[in-house]
Amino acid sequence: MTLLEAFTRRTFGHGVHAPEHKELTRERPIRRFAFAPRLAVPLSQHIGKPAVPCVRPGQEVGRGEPIAQADGFLSLPIHAPATGVVEAIRLIPSARGPKTEAIVIKTYAADDQQVLYGTPRVIEELAAADLIRAIQDIGLAGQGGAAFPTHAKLASAREHHVETLIVNGCECEPYQTTDHRLMLEWVDDLIAGIHFALAASGARRAIIGVEDNKPDAIDTLRRRLTADGPIAVAAVKTKYPQGSAELLIKVLLKREVPSGGRSYDVGAVVQNIATLVMLGRLLPPGQGLIERVVTITGEGVKQPGNYLVPFGTPLGFVLEQVGFVGDMSRVILGGPMMGTAVSSLDVPVTKATTAIVVLPVKSSTAGAPKIYPCIRCGRCIAACPLRLNPSQLGLLAVKREYQTMQDHFHLNDCFECGSCTYVCPAHIPLVQYMRIAKALNREQAA
Amino acid sequence: MAGPPRIEIRSSPHIHDPVSVDAIMRHVVYALVPICVFAVYLFGLSAAALIITVLGACLLTEHLFNRFAQKPNSLGDFSAAITGLLLALTLPPGFPLWMGATAGFIAIALGKVMFGGLGQNVFNPALVGRAFAQAAFPVAITSWSTALAPWRFSALIPSTLTPPFMLPATGTAGPGATVDAVSSATPLTLQKFDHVTTNTVDLFTGMTSGSTGETAALLILLCGAYLALRRMLDWRIPAGMLGSAAALAGVFYLIEPAKYPDPLFTLFSGGLMLGAVFMATDVVASPLTPRGVWIYGALIGVLTVLIRLFGGLPEGVMYAILIGNAASPLIAVLTQPRAFGEVNRKKPT
Repeated sequence: MTLLEAFTRRTFGHGVHAPEHKELTRERPIRRFAFAPRLAVPLSQHIGKPAVPCVRPGQEVGRGEPIAQADGFLSLPIHAPATGVVEAIRLIPSARGPKTEAIVIKTYAADDQQVLYGTPRVIEELAAADLIRAIQDIGLAGQGGAAFPTHAKLASAREHHVETLIVNGCECEPYQTTDHRLMLEWVDDLIAGIHFALAASGARRAIIGVEDNKPDAIDTLRRRLTADGPIAVAAVKTKYPQGSAELLIKVLLKREVPSGGRSYDVGAVVQNIATLVMLGRLLPPGQGLIERVVTITGEGVKQPGNYLVPFGTPLGFVLEQVGFVGDMSRVILGGPMMGTAVSSLDVPVTKATTAIVVLPVKSSTAGAPKIYPCIRCGRCIAACPLRLNPSQLGLLAVKREYQTMQDHFHLNDCFECGSCTYVCPAHIPLVQYMRIAKALNREQAA
Repeated sequence: MAGPPRIEIRSSPHIHDPVSVDAIMRHVVYALVPICVFAVYLFGLSAAALIITVLGACLLTEHLFNRFAQKPNSLGDFSAAITGLLLALTLPPGFPLWMGATAGFIAIALGKVMFGGLGQNVFNPALVGRAFAQAAFPVAITSWSTALAPWRFSALIPSTLTPPFMLPATGTAGPGATVDAVSSATPLTLQKFDHVTTNTVDLFTGMTSGSTGETAALLILLCGAYLALRRMLDWRIPAGMLGSAAALAGVFYLIEPAKYPDPLFTLFSGGLMLGAVFMATDVVASPLTPRGVWIYGALIGVLTVLIRLFGGLPEGVMYAILIGNAASPLIAVLTQPRAFGEVNRKKPT
């Protein structure tokens, strides 16, 4: 990096620098993961209405065959992740807590697991509406963790006449290397996907924002792209949570998404790297989204790596395959800053699973750390990327003044990145307070 | 192979910055140790006895209140220790020990416990203790001893061992009946009432009389820099405070150099340095908004100079910081930062 670049690196105010731990998996190429003997494929792996099953128990399904249909526009179909037989449609544990309905498929061990289903299309000939329907048909949901239906996002972008497609290659969560490997290994799919997304959203240009801890990915992309094309690459400073859509837009376009607004309001639509890779990979053959690249990592696993894992693979099977250390762990879906520690190893990998981080827990450190009173040191304020006042919000939460938090202290702007809690020397679970306050306010309003 | 691992459930984030309240407080204590050592070097056994007594009184008070209120022991967070050390450092070295212990009790009881303990105090507890001492023992708290007295390691300053509830005898001579150098005016008193200015280098290195731990400007700055580098001290508060004090003092000095002290004297004399680095930066009693800390620091600096130059007392740091503490909730409310994406809700028609 040149000296000039070092001083002009693009970044946002506040945020935190957490140890990255990406070296565990950064150099490991994407490998296919084994098929579990049983896959439990949830009907709701996306934001919106759950899919409606179109198979019955006892029915044979082929890999890639639709097994559940979208229920309306804000919904997605589900495809069989493996050839096998439908065993049951029943409730299984989910990452978020409540049980969720899933199609359980017993996989055929002897099958070669080729994808047999697809409706190939010539993308260039499709009208915008058909293109968006085609994207819905492949069941694509945002792969950055939120799992918002991709077609719906692109359709809204078109409605709002956005001009810029922001491609989120920040991957700011510690431990995660999924997007990094995809940019290196599946760059052609990525670029094809960006072109499809541009066509579907009507945006004129795309900017790929990549954190500067991935110089090899930035190089690969720059070599592949022409300077005068519609796609540009921008290096941004490595800082958590740069990968949040608002902050990436702020850094790349110098525009702030208004409070309570959407990225469309400032003329942008944000898509994650893995989403666009899958778009570029699956749209031409018209195949369903049945697997994704997941970083399986953490000090608690013996063989960390980036694996292509079929949806429905239970975490217990994943841990068995990669091996685990010690007898007690925290198993986190997503990154260690925002991810959810699961309560059951029957929870499956879904469209929203970016990473599985296994952190060993020593029995000496098990249990909550000592919580001190807030000493008003202001570290949380210096960390909050949205310039909120987590200290004040925390004090109000303790007094249960949830409505004041919302009315006067921007509670609903908080996207729960966890920076305040990460830095709090008093170990106050600030972000947990925010979640509780938001949930209770929602209940109150309903 | 053993069965699947037991799993622990916890809310995110699952990693944490390796910092905690007790670690921060412990480092403040570390940073105060060199200043205490220098104070003992300067003033001898009396300073050591005072520091130990006040510290002990603070810790004991906190412990007893915890016992009475059936709360868990909070001495481990080191905040009472900081209060004790800071309070001792602001008292004159020959301050009677019983008065020091009383001030320590008041600091913790009135300054901290009464408000609800750590994190709740409105004022810096050490300064509450000192303000009490200033009001209750006005003579003792302005009786200064000479620095570097030759007998300082062999005998106590006579006033140190004044029996409880007694005032120190006035006019007592030092050990060996030499009249020299038991009492001595501080540079600030000399400047204010006699218009004698002390050498700036002596002020900077601390070789003057004054409160136990306030004299060594250089040492205090170094200790503060250590904390600031560890991000355990908000450098903006001392910067704002010293900057505004120097600027205002500079204005007066330019107007009438014969009457007013120069800015360097203002910075390095009295308790300004100790106050700026260790007192005003009490995280609990200072505002925590980015603009607020600057305003808070500047306010204290200005008040200090105004009290020194136009008030009845030679020193104004203590009251300036207490006023700043009182103002900090208001400052915090007035300087809430603009949140990301916050807009004046004017919908375009």
